[in-house]
This record gives sequence, C-alpha cells and structure tokens, in this order.
Amino acid sequence: MTSLGFSLSQARLAFSGQWLFDGLSADFAPGSWTGLLGRSGSGKSSLLRMIADLPIPDTHDLALSTGDQRPLAGRLAWMAQQDQLLPWRKVIDNVLLGPALRGRPTAAQRQRAMALLDDVGLSDKAEQWPKTLSGGQRQRVALARTLFEDAPVVLMDEPFSAVDAITRLELHELAARLLAGRTVLLVTHDPLEALRLSDHILILGGQPASLRDFEVPDGQRPRALDAPDVQRMQSQLVARLHAPHGDPEGSVS
Amino acid sequence: MSILKRFWPAFLGILSLLGLWQALVVITGVPGYVLPSPLAVMQAFAAHQQLLWHHAGITVIEIVAGLLIGCLSGLGTALALARFHGLRRTLLPILLISQAVPLFALAPILMLWLGYGMTAKIVMATLIIYFPVASTCYDGLRQTPQGWLDLAQTLGANRRRRLLRIQLPAALPALASGMRMAASAAPIGAVIGEWVGSSQGLGYLMLDANARMQVDLMFAALLILVTFGVALYFTTDAVMRRLMPWHEDRTGATS
Repeated sequence: MTSLGFSLSQARLAFSGQWLFDGLSADFAPGSWTGLLGRSGSGKSSLLRMIADLPIPDTHDLALSTGDQRPLAGRLAWMAQQDQLLPWRKVIDNVLLGPALRGRPTAAQRQRAMALLDDVGLSDKAEQWPKTLSGGQRQRVALARTLFEDAPVVLMDEPFSAVDAITRLELHELAARLLAGRTVLLVTHDPLEALRLSDHILILGGQPASLRDFEVPDGQRPRALDAPDVQRMQSQLVARLHAPHGDPEGSVS
Repeated sequence: MSILKRFWPAFLGILSLLGLWQALVVITGVPGYVLPSPLAVMQAFAAHQQLLWHHAGITVIEIVAGLLIGCLSGLGTALALARFHGLRRTLLPILLISQAVPLFALAPILMLWLGYGMTAKIVMATLIIYFPVASTCYDGLRQTPQGWLDLAQTLGANRRRRLLRIQLPAALPALASGMRMAASAAPIGAVIGEWVGSSQGLGYLMLDANARMQVDLMFAALLILVTFGVALYFTTDAVMRRLMPWHEDRTGATS
C-alpha cells in the first residue's frame, strides 16, 4: 500500500433550503492525519459522508481529486461511531466482511484476518459471536475489519466516542500504531482526541460554515496525555469551538 | 426433568381449567350433546381413534403444504420487491388489494375452480399466510440499519450480495415473527376450506359430527387441531432459533 493524498474543493451542503457551507476546500497530504472538529449540526459528519459518497438526504456537491488522479472510490475505508459488527457473523467473519461482500473469502484472506485479530489482541475471540464482546473489544474488531481493506484513505466518524474514557485512550494508541502511513480523516467531538492523533486540525463552523486551521502540538502521534502542550492547547481548542467562528480570541465565559 | 420444572405451571393451569369444565358439566347437568365433559371427549377420542387419525392426516398435509408454499412464496416476493425497485409500484398495490379480499368469500370459488380435493385447501392455507409473510419480510428487509448499508457500500458490495448477506440476515428476526404468525394462521385456512366443501379432513369431520349432534367427537377433533397448532408453533419457533444462534433473546432461553 502506497500513501495517497487527496483534496476536496467546492464542497457545499444545503440544509432546509440554506447553504450550511458552500465552496469549502481542503487538502489531505499522503499519510497525514487530520482531525475535523465542529459543533453539532456544523455538517462535519455530512462532509465525511460526502467524501465517502454515502447517501445523505440534503442537496450536496463535492469535487474530489487524488494524488494519482484516479478516483477515490474503492480505495477508502469507513469506520463509524458504532462498530457496526454484524451479529450473525462470528468475530473473524466480521473482519472478513469485505471479501465476503465482494465474493468468497480465500484461505489466505482468512489467515490475514487472523493475523489482524492478533494485532488488535483478540485472536482468542475469533470464533465468538460479537454479542459476547465488550464495547472496546467490538471497536477493536471494527478496527481490524477496517485494516483488512488495506485502504490508503481511512475516514472515521467519531470512531471512539461510544466507549469509556480509558478504553478510548487505549484505542488511540492502537489506531495510531496500526493505521500509520494511511491518510486519515477523523471527525471527532473530543478535542483531546484530535490533539493526540492529528497532524492537522480543521474546525468547521460559522455562518455559512468554513474550515479553519488550528495548530497542533509538536511530537509524534499519539501524543502523551500529560504533554504540557496537549493540556494547554486543549483549553484553547475548547475556547475556539465555543467562540463564534473567526474570533480566535473568544473565551469560555 | 428440566422440562417438567419449566412447564409445570402451564400444566397446572390447563389441569385446573379441565377440572373446572368437568365440575361445570356435573353441577349444571347440561346434556352431552350441548357440552360434553372432558372425560366424555376423551372417551369419544378413544372410541373414534382410527377415524380421527385418518382425517387428521389429511388436514395436517394441507396445513404443512400450505405453510411451506405460503412462506416460500411470501419470502420470494419480499426478496424480489427489495431487489427490484421497479416491481414495487406494480406489485405492492396488487398485494394490498389482494389482502382486502375476504378469504371466506373466496373459498367457494376456489372449490369451484380446484374441486373438492386437497388442492383447494392447500391454496386456502397458502393464501391466508402469503400476504402477512410477504409484508413482514419486506418490512424487515427495508429496515436494515443505515450503518450496515453504509458499510456494505464502502466495502464494495453489489446489490445482490448486500441483499443476501446484510439485509436478509438483518431481517431474520422480523421474518421469524412472520413465520410464527403464519404457523398459527395456516390451520384456519385449511379448516375453512374443508368447511366450505370436502369429504375428508378434520374440518369436514367436525361439520359432519355437528350435524349428527356428536359434539364429543367435535371436541375430540378440535383437540387434535389445537395440539397440532401448538406443535407447529413451537417447531417453527425452534427452526427460527436454529437459524439465528446469534440472536439476543436466545441467551436467556436455555434455562
């Protein structure tokens, strides 16, 4: 798998007759991780769905281009807030869902799925039903399923928001390690998550909404929780999300 | 042992109802041709065993055949509706109208077309369950959670595989309730068919016994129908559970 960058332009989305955003553009460098933040209703999840070409009810438009000029479709992996494990497939068969939906999984693919389950620390659960797993374990299976696709671009919509705080921190480490080298766009509500995992942070907000950069701490991801930069920037980031857009001095009152 | 433990409250309930029935007959002295006592029903059952089993065999074949054909064609219709969008506008209204036709009114016409044999009864049983099965299955197929559909799309599934590997298994719980409902409705279709015109089957036997004031024999036939209906329900339930070893409500059901 070679790294693949992509950029979007002229993204627009209407919500009840009004443009929620219009003329958005952004670049995603090969192998970089971008955290996309914004308040509820800012349209960040819709933007992610638009990139993945998933159905959304509202009028929308988007131009995508990739580093090698070939379409992005078929080369991206999708990870949602819920793990979306299929309850009627054993854990291993959930990891193999992609090949099963495109044909019949081969023995080699099965072996690779086992290896990926081993990577996420769940090889002993391969033959169990998903309902026997905890929330964190389920999300790790979802991560293995995402990894199986070996897609250069990974889109994640609040992938760690349904698990408890400690599990979330563990999942950060795991995801940062296993998804290294891929171009990741991560929609999140959690400023700390964005600061730990991102090379770039984009904030979607305002009327109509626009994308603003936010500086990230130095150092390799996943950044340590107790790094002074992470702590300091977390409160700045919260303030930015709280403030009216375009007013970086806005503060939480 | 465990079965006894689990079902003794139900046995106790049935036994006390039978006791109440027997007491009512003894106390009021109501004549046997109006309401026979449970004991009289058991005696009639023993006396007419051969006759009863012969007619029961006919009815059971009609019910099981109707159930199989009705469920399979209902499921097939639902799958076709989910797979081919163009079919919906044509087929859905027809299905809806066909459901509004009272089957009781249709029974004499079916006798006219298909004769007094088993075919007409099988068709009755099929018709009575076809629409409910088709509509519950179709509803189930349409209500696949969006997250799974998103996943199927990003994983590159085509429509057929998405239907068979995602939508169909996701609809199994809805399908199971459709099947259970069908299992309790199919006997109605067969018996109605036999009432309207036949020379065999439990429905025929009951009508005949009624005319001869053999109410105890009627009750004996009814007993077979009830027993078979209950058995059919639990068999369907067990089959659906076998198909869904992953389903949530199974976990607690093993006690």
